[in-house]
Amino acid sequence: MTSVGDLAAYRAVLASRMRSQRTYRFNFRLDLGSSLLVGIVELAEVAVLYTSVHRIGGLDLSAVLLVFGLADLTYSIADLAVGHCDTLPTYLRAGTIDVFYLRPQPLLLQLITSDISLRRLARAGVGLAALVVGLVVNDIDWTPGHVAVLLLAVPCGIAISAAMYVWAAGAQFFLVDGAEATNAFVYGGRYAATQPASVWARPLQALFGFLFPMAFTGYLPTVAVLGLSGPAWLPAWLAWCTPLAAGWVWLLALGSWRLGVRHYQGAGG
Amino acid sequence: MSEPIIETDALGRDFSVRDGLRRRTVVAVDDLSLRVEAGESVGYIGANGAGKSTTIKMLTGILVPTRGAARTCGLRPVADRRRLAREVGVVFGQRSQLWWDLSVRESFSILAAIHGLSPERERRRTDELVERLEVGEFLGTAVRQLSLGQRMRAEVAAALLHSPRLVILDEPTIGLDVLSKQRLREFLLAERAAHDTTLLLTTHDMGDVERLCDRVLLVDRGRLVFDGTLTGLSRTVGAQRVLVVDLAEPTPDLAIADTEHLGSEAGGLRQRLAFDPEHTTAARVLAAVTERVEVRDLAVEEPDVEDVVRRVYSARGR
Ligand SMILES: Nc1ncnc2c1ncn2[C@@H]1O[C@H](COP(=O)(O)OP(=O)(O)OP(=O)(O)O)[C@@H](O)[C@H]1O
Ligand SMILES: [Mg+2]
Repeated sequence: MTSVGDLAAYRAVLASRMRSQRTYRFNFRLDLGSSLLVGIVELAEVAVLYTSVHRIGGLDLSAVLLVFGLADLTYSIADLAVGHCDTLPTYLRAGTIDVFYLRPQPLLLQLITSDISLRRLARAGVGLAALVVGLVVNDIDWTPGHVAVLLLAVPCGIAISAAMYVWAAGAQFFLVDGAEATNAFVYGGRYAATQPASVWARPLQALFGFLFPMAFTGYLPTVAVLGLSGPAWLPAWLAWCTPLAAGWVWLLALGSWRLGVRHYQGAGG
Repeated sequence: MSEPIIETDALGRDFSVRDGLRRRTVVAVDDLSLRVEAGESVGYIGANGAGKSTTIKMLTGILVPTRGAARTCGLRPVADRRRLAREVGVVFGQRSQLWWDLSVRESFSILAAIHGLSPERERRRTDELVERLEVGEFLGTAVRQLSLGQRMRAEVAAALLHSPRLVILDEPTIGLDVLSKQRLREFLLAERAAHDTTLLLTTHDMGDVERLCDRVLLVDRGRLVFDGTLTGLSRTVGAQRVLVVDLAEPTPDLAIADTEHLGSEAGGLRQRLAFDPEHTTAARVLAAVTERVEVRDLAVEEPDVEDVVRRVYSARGR
């Protein structure tokens, strides 16, 4: 229900945010550098693990590179786009969220576009590099089906990861100091998504396989394009259901957000 | 045209607050039914915690009512929040709707985009507000560097940029010095005269009410306890008026019928006499004084409304 006119509003806010980040050039580069470093360290962890073990959960290093690349790239893009949701607790505590209610745009879109962290671009760069390398080093049979799976995986992976931020934001309206509670799922999900789902413990299978379908962002498309079968509880053909998984988790996210907004208690004053 | 701009029907809101380990329900607003016509200027007053801000948040769709219903500008505040936002301008004295790291000018132009103003309308309205609120001298300054008085003027301009029909101000003069308050009041009067805006304001500064409002709503513990004019409010609680006389020579404390001597200054050169307008008049008291001593100057003080509010509360057994 967003009109074209509203786009100008989001653009105006975002443009001002970007300008102000570039004003502090030195800080910005520092931020960019440090978030690049974090991404590289995480990637290196995976590489080190696999050079000593060779195979985990039926995947070797090059396959896991693909899992990591897909999951991390899509998550980083989601983080860039909607990661700002995780500042909601600050807005709630200070009551500054009230100001959003007084403007004629949807609250969620206002929250998402109220800021952007360009440094997160560096993170996406690491994911992209891993994905490209993963696509090259794996022996992929480039059938139209496999191409389609990959083409679905990227936008759906972004959508699934973004939904994680949104449901967590909805939950903040109910929780005091809720960020700690939801971060376990949001960032735990991010980490789990870069690992082979075949080795997840049972509770994780339910949690990140289906409730928050993180397995659909990296692992499932990977086993599908490599022609592997996947574990019994998560067969490779499920990769075709990635849009369904994205739809489901967005339903969850918007439901949580809507309940949260209605529950808003205000912050006195 | 007869549709009220604000209408509430048995409106109420509870909060559940943690009290140690137990949860307790605070009734912030209860059974509030009121009607404000377009073009009115209403002061919404009451002690701290009376429920003023909570009411405003329900009227603007920020908080969902626990009971009852509200209509603002003919719209349902929660369900039609986005449409309502185009009709109402709100200033929360304690919150900022500007961007702290941007200049006032940039903040205004973002808000213009948010409200979808055409470039022509944006320019005209910005110019008007900048001139009337004297914002020009700090248009280029970052919001975080503004003084409180400057920031409040910028906040008011920001809330009025889209020319709302209804302007709601929650403690707009809090923390301002006398001169800044004066300026802001003059602006609001001029804005009302020019655009026929409806005004609803909460304040603890009774000067605001006296200068700006032709109607007063008084809330006590979430309930409406008075609705009428300021003079009417003073009359219901029998508030006294005070005659201050400057005398030609030091005089012992005057004892005048139907008055109470409140005090003398400068050795009896200035004396303050309280009287109840129901029983006597300022003219009669003055006549009684001039019979005894030459009067150089005089002033009649209107009742302090903070005092009136206290009286209403104590009459209600608080
Ligand atoms: N978010 C909240 N959570 C819990 N209780 C609240 C909340 N907001 C308000 N209250 C309670 O509701 C009552 C009314 O508060 P409100 O802020 O509406 O008062 P007010 O008339 O605006 O007071 P003030 O003049 O101090 O601004 C108070 O008892 C307050 O403690
Ligand atoms: Mg208040």
